[in-house]
Amino acid sequence: MNTAIDIFTVVAICAGAAFFMAGSVGLLRFPDSLTRLHALTKADNLGLGLIVLGLLPQADSLLGGLKLVAVWLLVQLASATVAQLIAQALRHRGRGT
Amino acid sequence: MTEFLLGAAGFVLLTVAIGLIRVLGGPGNVDRTMAVQLLGTGGIAALLLVAAATGVRGAEDVALGLALLAAFASVAFVNSAAPEDDREAGRANE
Repeated sequence: MNTAIDIFTVVAICAGAAFFMAGSVGLLRFPDSLTRLHALTKADNLGLGLIVLGLLPQADSLLGGLKLVAVWLLVQLASATVAQLIAQALRHRGRGT
Repeated sequence: MTEFLLGAAGFVLLTVAIGLIRVLGGPGNVDRTMAVQLLGTGGIAALLLVAAATGVRGAEDVALGLALLAAFASVAFVNSAAPEDDREAGRANE
């Protein structure tokens, strides 16, 4: 049973790290600021979510697991609102110039 | 298992470092803010991985704090980049 948990953790964290890499490459390669914003916000959230998912069985106590999920939820909310704010700032910038 | 977790944390930090290249080359300030946001999220992921690997007490709390600060950094940028009319409106009703 223990190896099954470890395998699940390894697979989830590898997928999370792959999404992080996708987000970073997206941040570098995409031509336009708005597309970069999209790539960054979505890919990172998914990457972090998968890493937290992978870490959950490793957490020593229920509280530890809940704290992991709390961190992920906070990052989820924070980057959603920040993405909207930055997009609005970009739109104002676009209309201003 | 712990080696794998530490390796994954290193890999995530590597991706964050790649993202920081955008900060150097970033045409506009907005791209730099996005790279800072990436740094925040990547830092949180690496912190969580290291916390799980080494079992250091309180590392998750540091990750929680970093999540909060990363959001505030971007909000501060957006406020500083507010266009003139919003700032004038702010000054008008002071």
